Amino acid sequence: MPFKSIKSLEERQDFFSPGHGLCPGCGAAQIARIVTKVAGKDTIIVTPTGCLEVSTTTYPATSWKVPYLHVAFENAAAAASGIKVAYDALIRKKKISKDANLVVLGGDGGTADIGLQSLSGALERGEHITYICYDNEAYMNTGIQRSGATPYGAWTTTSPAGQKTLKKDLMGIAIAHGVKYAATASIAYVRDAANKVEKAISMGGPSFIHWIQPCTTGWRYDPKLTVKISKLAVKTGLWPLYEYHEGVTKLTVEVPKRVPVSEYLKLQGRFRHIMNKPEELAKIQSYADAFAAKFGLGPVAQ
Amino acid sequence: MKTVEPILLSGNLAAAYAIKQLDVDVVAAYPITPQTTIIEKISEYVADGELDANFMLVESEHSAISSCLSAASAGARVFTSTSSQGLLLMHEILFITSALRLPVVMAVANRSVSAPINIWCDHGDIMPQRDVGWIQLFAESAQEAYDKLIQAYRISEDPRVRLPVMVNADGIILSHTYEPVFPLEDSEVASFAPWKLYPLRLDPENPLTMGAFGYPEYYFETRYQSAKALEDSIGIISEVDEKFGEISGRKYGAVSPFRCEDADVILISMGSISETIRATVRKLREKGEKVGMMSLKLFRPFPFKEMMGLVKDAKAVGVVDRALSPGAIVGPVFNDITSALYLSKMSVPCVNFFTGLGGRDVRMADVRDMFEKLKEVAKTGVAKEHRFYVGLRG
Repeated sequence: MPFKSIKSLEERQDFFSPGHGLCPGCGAAQIARIVTKVAGKDTIIVTPTGCLEVSTTTYPATSWKVPYLHVAFENAAAAASGIKVAYDALIRKKKISKDANLVVLGGDGGTADIGLQSLSGALERGEHITYICYDNEAYMNTGIQRSGATPYGAWTTTSPAGQKTLKKDLMGIAIAHGVKYAATASIAYVRDAANKVEKAISMGGPSFIHWIQPCTTGWRYDPKLTVKISKLAVKTGLWPLYEYHEGVTKLTVEVPKRVPVSEYLKLQGRFRHIMNKPEELAKIQSYADAFAAKFGLGPVAQ
Repeated sequence: MKTVEPILLSGNLAAAYAIKQLDVDVVAAYPITPQTTIIEKISEYVADGELDANFMLVESEHSAISSCLSAASAGARVFTSTSSQGLLLMHEILFITSALRLPVVMAVANRSVSAPINIWCDHGDIMPQRDVGWIQLFAESAQEAYDKLIQAYRISEDPRVRLPVMVNADGIILSHTYEPVFPLEDSEVASFAPWKLYPLRLDPENPLTMGAFGYPEYYFETRYQSAKALEDSIGIISEVDEKFGEISGRKYGAVSPFRCEDADVILISMGSISETIRATVRKLREKGEKVGMMSLKLFRPFPFKEMMGLVKDAKAVGVVDRALSPGAIVGPVFNDITSALYLSKMSVPCVNFFTGLGGRDVRMADVRDMFEKLKEVAKTGVAKEHRFYVGLRG
């Protein structure tokens, strides 16, 4: 059943506990909380190495009230599919009786870069897993190094003059594998995100969710702005919220009037060096315009 | 024990036959020569309904071992197999499997490592895995590969052990040579290594966090515990071997000595080369030469106590390494044996023979040469040179 309100999600039980070591204002913690609330008790979470993993599983404590596995950086999709395939075999052979949802929560490095091969394998094999990429657009756990998901122009410690290439099209990659369901999400649109998680899991998989995750430390902004920045990513057209199912792509959050990208970029220290470069801003605006044309977003409000 | 008819199987097919009988739930693998015929045969067993397992044909060996690890964490009985570069690609995850104490079983058809690329036998792939925390058994025949895989599940799943196990069989030489193999009955295998649900599994009814982050306060103890478990597994490995002997009439020991009791010189080796050495010892004994040999069947944990009593009266000991350890002063097996001798306060002179790399044949004449070298050392009591490269062109 789709969530009609945030309240109906709030009433769900929590399986992600506070007390973890993620930064105040971290979007990944909010994603983990929403995902586990929606997925519920009969869920197993797998994460690759990354912020979410190191900050939520410091032995002997854990934030996870559902079973959780971390193996290494590049194999979360293989690890999740191994569990799912094992469950399928054990149920078929009547060795166990109860099934579980398999959900991966992987950062952009573990998904778009080092984990891409393993993800591709799992998607191609049609494994019944839901892979959610929380995308903070750089290697934040090791201290803000560029990844294949770092957007054009962004400063990182290894792109000190700004990223020179475009962000990898992870949604395009997932869809090209013939996934059952793929969607983008933002924590500023909780109901939209929660419904997508529920759908992704209910489809059986493989399903993929690409979730933008503002990082206070790496994006260089005041922690209170996480939701605002998440919203501006959508409002500018840089992060259109849509879903893909059975060959049809559908916008899930209309943006009748777009906000200029500079409104989004100016809140983030990682773009400070280009804020006085109109040609760079125009370039990033053109990327948003291209998304707008592709997904049917409105014009930029003057 | 009843008389059974042998069937003609290669080492790889013998391994696949064992897996068919072991009620394995998940197999995850990737093709690589010379291991591939194991997974081809298992694919057939699954397709024909002779083995009720889910076969994951993954996109790399890295994912194969990762999926096996995680399937084991879900409570399934798992299997994978590989060789050479595939084993090297798994390397990272091998450490994690043992530290998470997951009962994964893997067959390795031992093969050289690149470069140059070469598909034949040596131990270059297994030696970099010495410190990964797995139990490592070595087979000398197709029969032994079959027997050891059955033993491997019982060892690995024993609550006193809970460690992954590798069964090594020399690539091509064993993996592709057909021999008569005496299989056990399905029911005998089922009662020797009965399937049990792994109790510390990922189960929503009893949520566990596996693969946690370990601060310096906990890391050392965690690693120590799995290392200690490996060390302590030696008694259980031997117990399983004994029990296996009771049902099959075949037991192997951690080391298998031949004519060591009154031998002046002893050659120690691992894998299929031991068969050639044993045959040479038999010939030389016919001529009255006091030579002996010892085949190392268990490489990790290293059975040094079991070995020391056997060499205590020898005047010279030779150790065959089928892999190089570039930059080290000796080969990997020699290193373990001489450490054990030193700690046992035994000062017998030792010589290291490097041979059989990349599938280079090791003939009985080569083994005779090794014994000649050892006899010279025994005569003088001193090893002037401690390394020889047997069969290497100048």
